[in-house]
Amino acid sequence: MIRVVLPAHLRKLVRVDGEIELDLEGPVTQRSVLDALEDRYPMLRGTIRDRVTLRRRAFVRFFACAEDLSHEPPDALLPGAIASGVEPFLIVGAMSGG
Amino acid sequence: MSRVRVLVGTRKGAFVLESDARRERWEISGPHFAGWEIYHLKGSPADPNRLYASQSTSWFGQLIQRSDDGGRTWEPVGNQFAYEGVPGTHQWYDGTPHAWEFARVWHLEPSLDDPDTVYAGVEDAALFRTSDGGKTWQELPGLREHGSGPRWQPGAGGMCLHTILLDPSNPGRIFIAISAAGVFRSDDSGKTWRPINRGLKSEGIPDPTAEVGHCVHRIAMHRSRPGVLFMQKHWDVMRSDDAGESWQEVSGNLPTDFGFAIEVHAHEPETIYVVPIKSDSEHFPPEGKLRVYRSRSGGNEWEPLTRGLPQRDCYVNVLRDAMAVDALDSCGVYFGTTGGQVYASADAGENWTAIVRDLPAVLSVEVQTLS
Repeated sequence: MIRVVLPAHLRKLVRVDGEIELDLEGPVTQRSVLDALEDRYPMLRGTIRDRVTLRRRAFVRFFACAEDLSHEPPDALLPGAIASGVEPFLIVGAMSGG
Repeated sequence: MSRVRVLVGTRKGAFVLESDARRERWEISGPHFAGWEIYHLKGSPADPNRLYASQSTSWFGQLIQRSDDGGRTWEPVGNQFAYEGVPGTHQWYDGTPHAWEFARVWHLEPSLDDPDTVYAGVEDAALFRTSDGGKTWQELPGLREHGSGPRWQPGAGGMCLHTILLDPSNPGRIFIAISAAGVFRSDDSGKTWRPINRGLKSEGIPDPTAEVGHCVHRIAMHRSRPGVLFMQKHWDVMRSDDAGESWQEVSGNLPTDFGFAIEVHAHEPETIYVVPIKSDSEHFPPEGKLRVYRSRSGGNEWEPLTRGLPQRDCYVNVLRDAMAVDALDSCGVYFGTTGGQVYASADAGENWTAIVRDLPAVLSVEVQTLS
C-alpha cells in the first residue's frame, strides 16, 4: 500500500481530506504511482504532469523520505519506505509566492 | 419575478451574486475554487442553470468546471486542449519564432441553443469547441492555421483568444479577437477564417494598417444587429457596420481612448459603454476618477457616468471581460475592478453601487437574467 499526500488545492479538487492510499502491483515508481492516482481520480490528469508529455509540471515537486525526488527519472524505483507504506509520497506545490 | 445572477471570476476564485429584479440586495456565494485563477465563467443561454468556468493556476494548470444547478455545485470536466497536428510557431515578444504552447483558457462562450456546446478561446491563441458538455475539446484548427499565424504575437498578457461572438441570425458566423493579431470571422462554423481588420490603425506595429497584428482588447455586438460591431482596441474605440469588413474610429470626446472593456445596452443597440483607462503604461482611470462613458449614438459623442463611483484617488483597472449587462426592462450594467469591487447600475449607468467591494482582483463579470 502506497501513501500519497496531495497539496491542498488538489485535495480539495478530489474531495479528500487526508492521505490517499493506493495498492500498486509491480515496481513502485513515480510513473506507476501517478498512473494509479490518475486512474482513481481522473480530474487530476494535467494538474501534476502534462497530459501529453507526462512531464512533471514546473511548479510541482515530489518529496519522499526527506529527499527531493523531482528530478529523478519517472521509472526509477522509489525508496523502499515508500513502497512499503512506511513513508508517504509527497506531491507538493512549489513555494513560489502568489 | 425575474432574478439576476452575476458571475464573477477573480484571481483567487469565483463568486456568484444573486438578486431579485430590484437589484438592491445581493446574496453572495463563494469563493468557489478558492485560490485558483478564474479567468471566466459563463452560463448557457439555452439552459441558465448550466454554467462553465475556466479554472487555472501556474502550479496545477487548467481545469474546466461545469455546474448544472446555477453554480451551487460544480464538477470538473475535460481539460485536454491539444492543438491539431504540428502547431508551428508564432512571433515571440522579440520577434523570433516561438512554438505554439497551451497556457490557459481565457474565455468560454456557450452556444446560443445547445447547453452541451461551448467554444473556448485559449492562450496561445486558438479556438476549441466541445459538443459533449465539456468532456472533450476539439480545436477548430482553421483559425490557427490561417496563413498569418506565424505573424501573430503576444500582447502583454499573453497571446490570447479572448473574445468569441456568435451571430444569432447566422449560425455559421463566428467573430473572434486575439491580442495581438486582431479580429477574424468565420462564415462556415469555424472551418475557415479571414482577418477583418481594415480600418484599424495601430502605431505600435511596423505597418500601422497591417492585415494582422492589431492589439484588439474586446469586441461587442447587440444581438438584434449582429452586423454592427464595437471594439475597444489597445488605443481607439472602433465601430463596424458591415460585420467587420471595415472599421471607423468613434473615440470622439473620450478623455482617453485606451481601455479594455466595451459593452452594448441590452435594449438600445446604439448605446455603448466603455471605461477609459489612462494609457498602456498606466492602467488606471485618468485623474484617479473612475468613470464609465456612455454613448447613445453608437460612438463619437460620449458622456461620463460618475454617480456612485469614486471620483478621487482611484487607481484600479477594469479588464476586458469584466463588464456585462442584464436584460431587465431598465437595463442593468455591471463591471468589476482589479481592486475587487463589482459596481452595478440598475438604471443604465445613471447611478452606481458597489454590490461587493472586497473581492480579489476581478478578471471577468457575466450576467444572467433569470425568469
